Amino acid sequence: MDTQKTNSFSVQKMIQEKKKRKSAGGITEKIMPYILFLTAAVSVLTTIGIVLTLIFETFLFFDAVSIKEFFTAKKWYPFSETNGSFGILPLIMGTLKVTVIAAIVAVPIGLASAIYLSEYASDRARRIIKPILEVLAGIPTIVYGFFALTFVTPILREIIPSLEIFNALSPGIVIGIMITPMIASLSEDAMTSVPNAMREGALALGATKFEVAIKVVLPAAISGIVASIVLGISRAIGETMIVAVAGGSTPNLEWNLTGSIQTMTAYIVQVSQGDAGYGTTIYYSIYAVGMTLFVFTLVMNLLAQYITRRFREEY
Amino acid sequence: MKLINHESVVKRMKPRLSKNSISKWIFFALTMFVLLILGVLLYRIFSQGLGYLDLQFLQSLPSRKPENAGVYAALIGTIWLMAVVTPVSLLLGVGTAIYLEEYAKDNAITNFIKVNISNLAGVPSIVFGLLGLTIFVRALALGTSVLAAGLTMSLLVLPVIIVASQEAIRAVPNQLREASFGLGATKWQTIVRIVLPAAIPGILTGGILALSRAIGETAPLVVLGMPLFLAFLPKTLLDSMTVLPLQIYNWTGRPQVEFHALAAAGIIVLLVMLIIMNSIAVLIRNKFQKRY
Repeated sequence: MDTQKTNSFSVQKMIQEKKKRKSAGGITEKIMPYILFLTAAVSVLTTIGIVLTLIFETFLFFDAVSIKEFFTAKKWYPFSETNGSFGILPLIMGTLKVTVIAAIVAVPIGLASAIYLSEYASDRARRIIKPILEVLAGIPTIVYGFFALTFVTPILREIIPSLEIFNALSPGIVIGIMITPMIASLSEDAMTSVPNAMREGALALGATKFEVAIKVVLPAAISGIVASIVLGISRAIGETMIVAVAGGSTPNLEWNLTGSIQTMTAYIVQVSQGDAGYGTTIYYSIYAVGMTLFVFTLVMNLLAQYITRRFREEY
Repeated sequence: MKLINHESVVKRMKPRLSKNSISKWIFFALTMFVLLILGVLLYRIFSQGLGYLDLQFLQSLPSRKPENAGVYAALIGTIWLMAVVTPVSLLLGVGTAIYLEEYAKDNAITNFIKVNISNLAGVPSIVFGLLGLTIFVRALALGTSVLAAGLTMSLLVLPVIIVASQEAIRAVPNQLREASFGLGATKWQTIVRIVLPAAIPGILTGGILALSRAIGETAPLVVLGMPLFLAFLPKTLLDSMTVLPLQIYNWTGRPQVEFHALAAAGIIVLLVMLIIMNSIAVLIRNKFQKRY
């Protein structure tokens, strides 16, 4: 049998077969880059889709409501049939309040943790603390929302009796807690990348560890730190579930923090949950609000990228 | 005559040194504060929810009576969601990563794709919900189906998978590729048989992390109009469904304390799922990570 097989063995046939296989492989070889390019195009199409969707539906919204009213009217009162008012300022105000509170909570704590982790902590402490921070960053936002409503709000109401059940303070604090790990770990990355020679130089001149951290490491890492804060704030602006659960649904332009508010994100959630019919002004209004939100976060993200690129110190 | 006045040195150093030690404790205390909050959060949720967490809770459909309610529909819905998100986001994400790392030329288009991906990662999740509502729910008329939810979530987590896969592919040393070329392999053969197997632990780790983000997200699904309360299970990709975070949201929004306890129990189920997935990711990372 074996000899027969070797007898029928023909080099010419082999070459032909090899050629056939090669041309088949050649096709895969040629089309694969294009197929992969198409998958890469999906992410671009997603962005284009987001932008176009928001723009088109926002235009439809502006057919019913004037741009001037949208940006200058002082009332957001969309659910009234007769005298509805679509002024986005109250919603922006709600978002702003929550974001500022979140920043007041997150920036000092996040920076302190970053300084502790990069300048003071032993290797062992760092190995324990960093994963815990990652856990904190991975907790779904609905869990934070539940925590804000059922734990933080009742405690705050003990301290501030005039606090309403839905308020700006509680979700603001909890969003601050949520973005703290992000600010901490990004700032820590920036600070650990400051070369040790700089620390040693300052220590040799007689600086204390605290002075090294504040006067040498912090300024050297400032671009990364500021970028991390800007990114954190951008996250706070776009945060939805915490404010939807604990913030309430009363858009207003007042400065107080103890009353019910509504943020841009919470409004979109409120409308989506109700049954605003497709094609109504209320339906289109969520796109106009979404567009505003998108522009806010996009500006923040671009700013963060600009800061990292422009002010990065190379060592 | 002494050149250094010892007393004045001590006098000047003292406030600096005390500032140093005080600040050290402040930094430490604030870091511990963050960890403490995590502890309080977990303690609160477990003490509230454990009472409701039993087999009946896992096997029951939602109900208006708290004692009969369960997460079965939401749990099955979450699994359906994972079944759509995993293949779609992995295919698109890994494909993009391979293109960018192995094929893309260093030109304006490539640069644009890269900038685009990093910006996409910063878009709030609720805006993805608006995209999904317009494209999948309305334009493609998928309705509030498993498919519409899955596709929206896939786009949401795409940047995470792309970045993780890119890093994994970049970490494969060039010698491996060159050796493969040297043996006569074509580019595609090298990618499929050499680069991808070497990069798979990193890709899987990123994929699992992305998936755990997808099953914890609530906002986009609310915007799609997914039902918060559903007493039947999806049978096909075009059926409606609810998922764990939506069910938790629904229970949290009710005024009765019993429903808050149910929400806490639902959160425990969700957190356990996330912990299991993250442990698998860490395990893969530790077990298969090769150092070249």
